[in-house]
Amino acid sequence: MITLKINGQQKNWDGDPDLPLLWFLRDEAGLTGTKYGCGQALCGACTVIVDKQAVRACITSVSDVVGREVTTIEGLHPTGDHAVQKAWRQLNVPQCGFCQVGQIMQAAALLLENPKPSHDQIREAMAGNICRCGCYQRIENAVHLASTGV
Amino acid sequence: MNIITNPKKLRGFERYVKVDNVSRRSILKGLGLAGGFVLAAPVMSRPGLAAYKTGAGEMPHGTVVDPRVFVAIAPDGIVTIVAHRAEMGTGVRTSLPMIVAEEMEADWSRVRVQQAHGDEVKFGNQDTDGSRSTRHYLMPMRQIGASARTMLETAAANRWGVPATEVKAVNHEVVHSASGRRIGFGDLAADAAKQSVPSVEGLKLKDPKDFRYLGKGQISMVDLRDITVGTARYGADVRLPGMKYAVIARPPVTGGKVASFDGAAAMKVSGVEKVMEVKGWPWPSKFQPLGGVAVIARNTGAAIKGRDALKIVWDDGANGKYESVAYRAQLEEAARKPGLVVRKEGDVEAALKGADKVIVGEYYLPHLAHVAMEPPAAVADVKGDKAEIWGPVQSAGGTREDVAKTLGIPQENVTVNVTLLGGGFGRKSKCDFAIEAALLSKELGAPVKVQWTREDDVRNGFLHTVSVERIEAGLDKNGKVTAWRHRSVAPSIASTFAAGAVHQAPFELGMGLVDMPFEIANVQCENPEAAAHTRIGWFRSVSNIPRAFAVQSMVAELALATKRDPKDMLLELIGSPRIVKLDSVKDLWNYGEPYESYPIDTARLRKVVELVAEKGGWGRSVPKGHGLGIAAHRSFVSYIATIVEVAVDDKGKLTVPRVDTAIDCGTFVNPERIQSQIEGTAIMGLSLAKHGAITFKDGKVQQGNFDDFPVIRMDESPAVTNVYIVPPGPDTPPSGVGEPGVPPFAPALINAIFAATGKRIRALPIGKQLEA
Ligand code: FES
Ligand code: FES
Repeated sequence: MITLKINGQQKNWDGDPDLPLLWFLRDEAGLTGTKYGCGQALCGACTVIVDKQAVRACITSVSDVVGREVTTIEGLHPTGDHAVQKAWRQLNVPQCGFCQVGQIMQAAALLLENPKPSHDQIREAMAGNICRCGCYQRIENAVHLASTGV
Repeated sequence: MNIITNPKKLRGFERYVKVDNVSRRSILKGLGLAGGFVLAAPVMSRPGLAAYKTGAGEMPHGTVVDPRVFVAIAPDGIVTIVAHRAEMGTGVRTSLPMIVAEEMEADWSRVRVQQAHGDEVKFGNQDTDGSRSTRHYLMPMRQIGASARTMLETAAANRWGVPATEVKAVNHEVVHSASGRRIGFGDLAADAAKQSVPSVEGLKLKDPKDFRYLGKGQISMVDLRDITVGTARYGADVRLPGMKYAVIARPPVTGGKVASFDGAAAMKVSGVEKVMEVKGWPWPSKFQPLGGVAVIARNTGAAIKGRDALKIVWDDGANGKYESVAYRAQLEEAARKPGLVVRKEGDVEAALKGADKVIVGEYYLPHLAHVAMEPPAAVADVKGDKAEIWGPVQSAGGTREDVAKTLGIPQENVTVNVTLLGGGFGRKSKCDFAIEAALLSKELGAPVKVQWTREDDVRNGFLHTVSVERIEAGLDKNGKVTAWRHRSVAPSIASTFAAGAVHQAPFELGMGLVDMPFEIANVQCENPEAAAHTRIGWFRSVSNIPRAFAVQSMVAELALATKRDPKDMLLELIGSPRIVKLDSVKDLWNYGEPYESYPIDTARLRKVVELVAEKGGWGRSVPKGHGLGIAAHRSFVSYIATIVEVAVDDKGKLTVPRVDTAIDCGTFVNPERIQSQIEGTAIMGLSLAKHGAITFKDGKVQQGNFDDFPVIRMDESPAVTNVYIVPPGPDTPPSGVGEPGVPPFAPALINAIFAATGKRIRALPIGKQLEA
């Protein structure tokens, strides 16, 4: 039996300890905010925060996060009003929206590490997150906005 | 219920192909579908009146203009408006209800949007594709809103005993200004519902100067908050009690099938519950599943791990030798010989012979995969002769028909719930993944979710075609272009519907080939044969991508040959402001629109070129290693021009400091979403131009994920994309937005690279070509 801490809550798992965290979150814990886009750490759609770092849940197994704090979009902010989320709404960032949870989690992790990133730093830090709809200009601006106060 | 429908409209291949009745019947025979798809829907007359005609009525099931179908008002005043098209990022789920709210004077903050399930008899055509939603539904949605407003006003007037002409709906209430009385929509709801629906002919539409929402762009997508907090529900997010999770190993070669398989190792994987063969259909069979072996598990991760452990022997079938290098050579060879003539003006052969100079360009574009961020996924719950589907489908009505037909149950027994789409780009017009879920659910007697992995999406989809475009242009002594021969060779989407289709269908020929707008005396367009060896499907912008790439590259090549500025050359070729006549084109396909309402108007094409040149600073001086390129194209009956600035360093590293795009999409609804679409098409255009290539070897796709089929990431995306929307004339009908942005991007980029480096790229993607 593995015990995980997700968004401050204990979750137990007695299945395959190698199960990618992504599928545990989505299918076993019902936290479907975290998305599947590639399964190979290539797109960032599955990004969650483990302790204070952005992590790709698709290549992280459940056993890897035992004893650590996993934060998903559902736990990012109690009312969904994290500075990044607010900036996203203010700039109408999303198109289809499917990548956006991963983008938001990545951006939130970036701001934990670097509260005032430059545009170049934003472009570099967000480069692991694909947006097939092509919202990059707005994502970049929204991260900047979130870092300077919404 | 009042419906405009045309019982002759058939679902599937025919809907996209303009054919007369005789040939439609013969096509049906060829497909072995005779009669089977005909929908016996009642014809009732409630034609939507419009200042302009669109092709909406020609779509399967046409349009429905009935407020009782689309609008509900609760006693508390909340107005619910039905969105009957699918949301995949264009904002249509917000825009269409907003049009209704505008006309009915509803206050947007008291409007809720409800997604329609698949039912085209009730809602009218639901195919969300072809950049059609606003252009087909602006007027019907206004009429629905105006009808609802009229019913509310009549109810209020009756209650007060005053003439209806004395009352007016204003922001969620009806006002009688003479007496100062006012009453809210909620209080009127019950009475309004009892009113008869006014005739469309008598409706009074709002004066556009009184619009509060239309054309303003201040309203965000209704899904915005849900998206940012993770509660927006896509296909894969649907969970049902007792639901099983499935992934499927599909034949790697199109037309292949399972010879034998061994699921023993898969069954040992923790969480795997069952391994089973899934029914496949022989190729081609429209959108029917490919078949294969399914692994059923308690979660998706276990199903994927189980699938990895499967041992399958495939029978590859006839396409096992498909190989991209050889196929390209074959297309090139075909392009160098005469082909089926699909447009002819003057005598191109003689004009080329008599030309002072002939410039020849041969342009290649490989297969592309859609790779929408959300790979296909669907949930099905089949119980007895009833089926319920949840999924990100672009065509809810089509999905319902295809699922019903596959299961052999009446359509009325199939409910299709449309979730949000995590991108569509044409991939999700094909409902194979929903059919797969239905087949598995039926077999297992439980709800099933089928999840496609990214590799499945890249390897088993419906790819963009592969093409060679060859253009020969003859110049006279004064540098005037006197001859234009364009041969376009590419396997057709028709090959996904009918075996042996080797020519482009009218709807493909009409995308940048026969509709070429230049003022040249001798023009000939030809379409040599090309056979398909994989499933070809609609990919955002479709054949416009290779055609615009070729035509607009050739414009810059001609500018070079005649030592002229590329923008001046482009304007000279477009020629005088006029309506282009295409009398020599049989079955001209004008994006399904009547040519009278949506002709090729060169004045509008000139206008976007001039606008982008002015705003984008065409001719401005740029640093060393930088270059500007321009391209313009009409598609989906919109006009668009793009200037790209590139920078290429000594190592051949390409960056895009700036993009400027001007679009004329006629009367528009939400400029903010138009802007976001154009920003996005610059990224998609850059993705396909820089990296996009799906290649085959031994009949199999060689790519599988974002490592070998890369798309643009933020660090390579344009630093700035500026968008300029041409203000519409008073009666300009609305036209497409979702797709037109893609086609001009690649040629503008390639022309910019030439300006920066002197290197002319004629085969996409760019890949490492600049590094040499
Ligand atoms: S799904 Fe994890 S990075 Fe793409
Ligand atoms: S918004 Fe669609 S993938 Fe990013």
